[in-house]
Amino acid sequence: MDWMLPPAFSTFAPDIDRIYYVILVLTAIAFVIVEAGLIWFVIKYRGRPDRKAYYTHGNATAEIVWTAVPAVTVVVLGIMSGPIWNKVKGRDSVPADAMPVGVRAQQFEWHVTYPGADGALGSADDFTVRNQLHVVVNRPTVVMLTAEDVIHSFFVPAFRLKQDAVPGMEIRVWFEPTQTGRFELACAELCGLGHYRMKAFVEVHTQEDYQRWLAEQTQAAATQ
Amino acid sequence: MATTAATLDQAIHHAHVDDRSFLRKYVFSTDHKIIGIQFLIMSLLFLALGGLLAMVMRWQLGFPGQAMPGGGVLPETMAPGGVLLPEFYISLVTMHGTFMVFFAIMPLLVGVFANFLIPLKIGAPDMAFPRINMASFWIAVPAGVLMVAGFFVEGGHAGAGWTAYAPLSAMPEMSGVSLGQQFWCVSLVILGLSSILGSMNYIATIINMRAPGMTWFRLPLSIWALFITSILVLLAIPILSGAAIMLLFDQTIGTHFFLPADGGQPLLWQHLFWFFGHPEVYILILPAMGFVSDIIANGSRKPIFGYHSMVFAIVGIGFLGWIVWGHHMFQSGMNPTLGMTFMISTLFIAVPSAIKTFNWLGTMWRGNLQFHVPMLHAIAFVAMFVIGGLSGVFMAATPVDIYIHDTYFIVAHIHYVLFGGSLFAIFGAITFWYPKMFGRLMSPFWGKVHFALTFVFYNLTFWPMHELGLKGHMRRIYDPSEYEFLQPLAPTNRFISIAAFLLFAVQLIFALNFVLSWFFGQKADRNPWKDTGLEWVPPSPAPHGNFDHTPTVYHMPYEFSHPHATEDYVPQNRPLEGQTRPAAAPAGQ
Repeated sequence: MDWMLPPAFSTFAPDIDRIYYVILVLTAIAFVIVEAGLIWFVIKYRGRPDRKAYYTHGNATAEIVWTAVPAVTVVVLGIMSGPIWNKVKGRDSVPADAMPVGVRAQQFEWHVTYPGADGALGSADDFTVRNQLHVVVNRPTVVMLTAEDVIHSFFVPAFRLKQDAVPGMEIRVWFEPTQTGRFELACAELCGLGHYRMKAFVEVHTQEDYQRWLAEQTQAAATQ
Repeated sequence: MATTAATLDQAIHHAHVDDRSFLRKYVFSTDHKIIGIQFLIMSLLFLALGGLLAMVMRWQLGFPGQAMPGGGVLPETMAPGGVLLPEFYISLVTMHGTFMVFFAIMPLLVGVFANFLIPLKIGAPDMAFPRINMASFWIAVPAGVLMVAGFFVEGGHAGAGWTAYAPLSAMPEMSGVSLGQQFWCVSLVILGLSSILGSMNYIATIINMRAPGMTWFRLPLSIWALFITSILVLLAIPILSGAAIMLLFDQTIGTHFFLPADGGQPLLWQHLFWFFGHPEVYILILPAMGFVSDIIANGSRKPIFGYHSMVFAIVGIGFLGWIVWGHHMFQSGMNPTLGMTFMISTLFIAVPSAIKTFNWLGTMWRGNLQFHVPMLHAIAFVAMFVIGGLSGVFMAATPVDIYIHDTYFIVAHIHYVLFGGSLFAIFGAITFWYPKMFGRLMSPFWGKVHFALTFVFYNLTFWPMHELGLKGHMRRIYDPSEYEFLQPLAPTNRFISIAAFLLFAVQLIFALNFVLSWFFGQKADRNPWKDTGLEWVPPSPAPHGNFDHTPTVYHMPYEFSHPHATEDYVPQNRPLEGQTRPAAAPAGQ
């Protein structure tokens, strides 16, 4: 059984992975204590005709210890997790220089709207591409996430990012890729019979590659 | 001696009480024990059905796109040529969850054992409202029939998951399902009525009908757990019923509670569903914890360690259950600031859970452990519940949840709690109280074989699901081979499927043991496990009316291995050495 997380390629992914491994270590310790204790007791105190069980109703010190230790541990975990959550999902977490992209989820595809050459959404040079999200490496992208029909979920495992797309809401979610390449984008919320094939890819370009791709697209749009 | 007394008791009851017709005695019975057994048979059938649906799903996940052996019997609308259709697959996903949660685990824990155990364990002749109790079973039956019927209507059964997220569940034009989803809503509303009537009855009975001397802190932990569970049921189920009616109206009469195009709120459904749904999760585990406490004390021949802490932990879990629902919705688009609040309240569930786990260990510590079949299942419960509890911490931590939400990690988690936890406790509880139900013991040999094989195949099935989730495998997908990043996981999926088939197959041992022991099992005396509870006072099976005279309770439950007692257990209705009167005032005074 492999408890390691797969490679990650976004700026906040190492933070998420780190808190995962912290929890993995803490829960592994608790797991070993309890299971080893259980096995030890099962062997050591197995019934024998001449054995008489030790008559006791409990122990206040023990109760305090096994109440306080988990309580302190979970508070520490909460304190460690809070800032990372805020960094990824907090209301003011989106970097100011993030490139805006519109993503509209619809049974069973992803419509990605690009801002065009002017870098702003909602202008005349916007264009829309199906099931391809092209972004620039080492530059934050903010996705304006909407849904046309039912709830979908924008999931890029390699970026450790997941956000539901809800009809009637526009949710802003950001990421900054740290490596060029092609990564899969999946729908993670049951959205109907085609849910399993509602997939797209994220293509992470260098700045120059992205400009070249943008020019091609703009040209294609112009000649149509 | 015991046999003579038992015969005498039966003679008295036959002479004075039990002249009911067959129909009144076994079908439209007001006897809480018969109602419990009726729920037991119904919910075991649904458990088998829910398991069967899971096997069909596992075929598709292990062998995507291949014709299922025996799949040819399914109609064209489900699996043409034996190959599952995606719309049928999501119906399976939906109905596996629905049947297991609402028609198997919940009635097994509450319908069966609250009915059977509460009057017997508190020293009462029956429930406070026996006719309402009968109604609660006979209302559940049409709900079950309707839920099964949904498979055979046009458009197929509900396919929006057991959580029925709107707007998918509310819009037939998006899901392709109309009648099936409506059957789902109506069935749950009817079943909810059954649960509400039942829980009202359990609460009234526990408050009012305890035998003299049965004070609150002399109640067995199983009764404490069922009491708190009943309160949760009474408060949570109406929320589900209301939400299901709203959903039904959205589909049928043109309301738009959850439809954004007309000003509705999709997230409102999730808030309502999970405000019911998280207490529901504890409804599905608290009674199991109660049964396990009873069985572990018995199997360890020791009083339960930290009885009062155990009671407060049950109450604490019941309370926390109401303020954690948002943890199902971290990635839903809910205000992210709420994420912090719900993360902290959720993490705190670890505290009462840890209290319970360590007190079970404390009970076994320096005990004289008897590895009878119920005890084996109870030990497995502790071992597996710990895994389910610890895997919950990963999802409670909001940053990690971003990644593992809606993956197989959550599937592993829920099955470690509901199968590794609740179902092992149910197997233990059925074996433990079977002699009181039917007057015979289940075969200990086949019980141990079933336990060992279930324990092994269960872990082989669900443990690797953690790995699937950590690699990003989404849940509820019909064909994982669609994704490149999931293709390396195909062998794991196949391994899980084969383990699941074996897990399902070995349940036949339990089914046979259950049915055959009814006729051929070893006859049980009144108290085959040498237990301290009042349910072991009357003969096995307990007659109508339970006790020939109301017992008096002298002490706390679980008086095992008392230093001054001659035997290693002192039943609650027998004074401890040197005790002449009930040490506390009788209940209700």
